[in-house]
Amino acid sequence: MIPAPFEYARPTTVDEALQAIAEGGEDVKVLAGGQSLIPVMRLRLAAPETVVDLGRVTELRGVREEDDAIVVGAMTTHSDVLADPLIAQYAPLVAEATATVADRQVRHRGTFGGALVHADPAGDLPAVALALDAEFVIAGPQGRRTVPAADFFVDYLTTAVEEGELLVEVRLPKLAGSWGMHYEKFNRVAQAWSIVAVAAAVRREDGHIAEARIGLTNMGPTPLRARAVEQALAGAEATQEAVAAAASHAAEGTDPSSDLNAQADYRQHLVTVLTRRAVSTAAGL
Amino acid sequence: MTAVEERTGAPTPEIGKARRRKEDARLITGKTTWTDNMVLPGMLHLAVVRSPVAHARITSVDVEAVRQAPGVVAVYTGRDLAEEQGSLPCAWPVTPEMVNPGHPSIAVDQVNHVGEAVAVIVARSKVAAQDAVELADIDYEPLPVVLDMEEAVKDGADLVHDHTESNTSYHFVFDAGEMGTGGDTEQAFAEADVVVSRRLVQQRLIPAFMEPRSVVVQPQGDNYTLWSSTQIPHILRVMAAMVTGIPEHKLRVVAPDVGGGFGGKLQVNPEEILCLLIARRLGKPVKWTETRSESLMTGHHGRDQVQYVDVAADREGNLKGLRVRLLADMGAYLRLVTPGVPILGAFMFIGIYKFPAYRFECDGVFTNKVPTDAYRGAGRPEATFAIERIMDELAVELGMDPLELRRKNWIQASEFPFTTAAGLEYDSGDYETATQQALDLLGYDALRAEQQRRRESNDPVQLGIGISTFTEMCGLAPSRVLGSLSYGAGGWEQASIRMLPTGKVEVVTGSTPHGQGHETAWSQLVADQLGVPFEDIEVLHGDTAISSRGMDTYGSRSLVVGGSAVVKAADKVIAKARKVAAHLLEASEDDLDFSAGSFSVRGTPGSGVSIQEIALATFASHNFPEGMEPSIDADATFDPENFSFPHGTHLCAMEVDTETGFVKIRKYACVDDVGTIVNPLIVEGQVHGGLAQGIAQALYEEAVYDADGNLTTGTFVDYLVPAASDLPHFDTGNTVHAAPGNPIGAKGVGEAGCIASTPAVVNAAIDAVRHLGVTDIRMPLTPERVWRAIHAGGDGGDRASARTNAQAVDSSDAPSTAGGAQ
Ligand SMILES: Cc1cc2nc3c(=O)[nH]c(=O)nc-3n(C[C@H](O)[C@H](O)[C@H](O)COP(=O)(O)OP(=O)(O)OC[C@H]3O[C@@H](n4cnc5c(N)ncnc54)[C@H](O)[C@@H]3O)c2cc1C
Repeated sequence: MIPAPFEYARPTTVDEALQAIAEGGEDVKVLAGGQSLIPVMRLRLAAPETVVDLGRVTELRGVREEDDAIVVGAMTTHSDVLADPLIAQYAPLVAEATATVADRQVRHRGTFGGALVHADPAGDLPAVALALDAEFVIAGPQGRRTVPAADFFVDYLTTAVEEGELLVEVRLPKLAGSWGMHYEKFNRVAQAWSIVAVAAAVRREDGHIAEARIGLTNMGPTPLRARAVEQALAGAEATQEAVAAAASHAAEGTDPSSDLNAQADYRQHLVTVLTRRAVSTAAGL
Repeated sequence: MTAVEERTGAPTPEIGKARRRKEDARLITGKTTWTDNMVLPGMLHLAVVRSPVAHARITSVDVEAVRQAPGVVAVYTGRDLAEEQGSLPCAWPVTPEMVNPGHPSIAVDQVNHVGEAVAVIVARSKVAAQDAVELADIDYEPLPVVLDMEEAVKDGADLVHDHTESNTSYHFVFDAGEMGTGGDTEQAFAEADVVVSRRLVQQRLIPAFMEPRSVVVQPQGDNYTLWSSTQIPHILRVMAAMVTGIPEHKLRVVAPDVGGGFGGKLQVNPEEILCLLIARRLGKPVKWTETRSESLMTGHHGRDQVQYVDVAADREGNLKGLRVRLLADMGAYLRLVTPGVPILGAFMFIGIYKFPAYRFECDGVFTNKVPTDAYRGAGRPEATFAIERIMDELAVELGMDPLELRRKNWIQASEFPFTTAAGLEYDSGDYETATQQALDLLGYDALRAEQQRRRESNDPVQLGIGISTFTEMCGLAPSRVLGSLSYGAGGWEQASIRMLPTGKVEVVTGSTPHGQGHETAWSQLVADQLGVPFEDIEVLHGDTAISSRGMDTYGSRSLVVGGSAVVKAADKVIAKARKVAAHLLEASEDDLDFSAGSFSVRGTPGSGVSIQEIALATFASHNFPEGMEPSIDADATFDPENFSFPHGTHLCAMEVDTETGFVKIRKYACVDDVGTIVNPLIVEGQVHGGLAQGIAQALYEEAVYDADGNLTTGTFVDYLVPAASDLPHFDTGNTVHAAPGNPIGAKGVGEAGCIASTPAVVNAAIDAVRHLGVTDIRMPLTPERVWRAIHAGGDGGDRASARTNAQAVDSSDAPSTAGGAQ
């Protein structure tokens, strides 16, 4: 199917991109990997006046180290993320979740930043970013600002990135050493979106779970932190029983939708099973 | 053996060789002509405005804005074409009383399913045509939407077509007692010790072929050439001529390379007729190519039956009778063989078992959905599913091993040919041997032991083993049988062989491939028959100007019927060539041997002349037998006397995660008897593809409509087609019992895999959790359904149909099911 007509700009720097967005008229869309934007344009669910293609903005691409964080450029593709040594060392959860995204072709085009700004509730990376307490660097006509993950995901497909702004990069705190991580994804076929998924990062200390951070995918219009589970786990014994008891709280405060894959009550059941499995694996049980 | 002898020895036979398909390089790389690749000078492009509502009267159509749009050349509404569009044909009136409401290519006053054409835009480019679609302003006055068959057949139900008395198109009955092919069914049930009854659901499926449909029409004076991505150029030509009034001899139909069909391109499509009508009006070439969304929404669907099945047996497990009542969803209209699909199944519900009594009834029901029609297996997967599911249920009721129950009742190898209660004469086979081989391939005993262990330890992951046997009627079809079923055509196939001067061979087949590898298999047949190299043979097909007669490809008929015509034509070529050889060798025909492509005088080594040399001699004709016309070309038409009956046993070991409902095939083994195997690689490929589709019906695919009649599964995000990564390794095997009814001995393999796999997979899942109280799970076995069946009972229930998982772009575009999205 053919998209409606649109204007096209291809800037090479962030400043040029912001300018192009500012001059693009009423409805401007930024094009990253196009893996979400192009399908909706082809279905004519979206018909932007201008498309600003970030494909040549090289400064947005790549992963670097900055003190106690690693910084992932918004235009870093999923396959770049998978091959990156810093991510493998300090944020293996990101790599593990990224490996479950779609198929090779999509991962070669789709970007880390695009997936986060798109904020599809069934997308895998938002819950991971939330669990890792990532920080989002957003550039706009007034300069740059940094938004914590807890404030970034606002609503269904809506983030703190305002009109006229761009996501530039994402800062992920280095978690290594005693941290174990696991992304437990539940879907029907290999290349599909998550029906429900759970991102878990767990720090163990002498037979106990010292700290757990748990992000839930597709359990509401935005990714969620399973706070009740995290609290129950803090200081708990690192045993299957304790993990199962904590995981039974996973559905608390969630508001999942009903769709072809799952009705809400089933999602709320799934999330308890998947949380138990995710935490157990992350804790090495 | 010395080296010299080796060189002069006969070449190894082509039949049985696992040749790589000669057509694949061009098909896979796309270095060929697909219909949508065609560009003709001055060609115009069509886009179709489609109904966003399932059932409504059209109250106004305003296309003025469309007409003004840039690049638009013309717009046609249903009104504009009402006089000349006629009705799309239905070739199979299954009963004399069958109600056919007629099927316009473009709606005039009323729309009856989402996606029905309401206007056609003709523009200078595809983009211009598409951009103008949203400018069409059409008002609809909604009518009540009829979706559920069980509701639709009730007295006083809302009607799809208000000029009909009910939503029932036909009521078809086959009663073995009345036909004299079996005993009295009612009596059998009255006297039985045990009766088991089930309501089974065959969900709606979408053929989901890879190449979308595409049509190009070129008018040349009074003549028209129509290229279409179709399975049936020959049938399409006859039908399109009858619908449009273009005389048959003025219409040439070409199916260039076609990228899959699975029955979905066994159709006379509305757009094929619209392209002809518009090209005729404008005198210009036109092209229409569908989008994937149009393909899923408006190409015909498959399956969609509710099956009420009763089986009767005695306590020892001897089958006494089978009673089947079907509701078969026709959709809104009758297309080419819509009503006939369930009737193709009517004769197969008894499977491989010796039922003394059998009664079948089917109601074809109209609903406000896109019509159903042929889809891989057409009627036979539905029948096999019903019998193989109910055999498991009966085994449970009797406390018998499901395999023992089957063994006790299936036809023994010594009993062939066997005439069933449905009146079919099964040709050959050995169900016991195939089953035993399949059990060995699966490692049945070890898996049963593991199943036991998992049950005892209350493992959250339970294991089940599912069994399904199958047979099907293939090689469609003996013309006289089609006649007795009121089908509108014969079932023969035609082939011709042309011997070119350089010794190369052209084989023309009427059986048009769309991915099956005819070019390779036919070349192997001819190479063996004529003794010419495989590489010297070219197979031509799909163009009614080249291959003038044919019945095309469906129903596993091509090798059995079309291949047989090729063999018969080759026999005729040899007979003619023998005359020429006798003349050239100055010998009597009776003294000639023909082997490895050469004629030689018996007892006179080294005296030979090859058939390729004879082809050159025929071209020159300088020295030709007196009175013989200078040609050794020949054609042949083959009409089978009987169907052929491939069979097989399929076994599936399935893990069920009882905590999530997720099912995973642990192991899959099948042994099929498809008769003589011409090319093992092609047979294996057909089995693999069939398994993928059959497993997909069991686990993944379902066309879901919401309460308003919108297709919720309108993209591949929601209509789940598995990839290789989602399927297990397949352990496949074959037994070979040649079909007695054709010279090749082939039985047909196109549908085998998708027939037996579906019940094997479902039986396996149920077997895994039956001890938890589960007796049925509705297809596809989504994790949610499996989980609900385990934890809440029932068959898992309906899926939430109102929301898709398709992507949206911001919150205002939250996933919607807007019909008419293209
Ligand atoms: C078949 C298929 C399967 C998929 N399966 C999965 C899956 O299993 N899990 C999963 O998580 N994802 C999946 N995806 C989505 C994939 O991860 C996409 O890469 C992602 O959703 C969007 O990234 P993109 O780079 O393609 O963004 P685009 O499609 O280019 O953009 C998406 C949206 O984000 C905006 N945007 C992009 N970058 C920026 C930026 N820097 N600043 C501001 N706005 C921006 C765009 O304007 C647009 O609205 C799948 C996609 C496909 C096609």
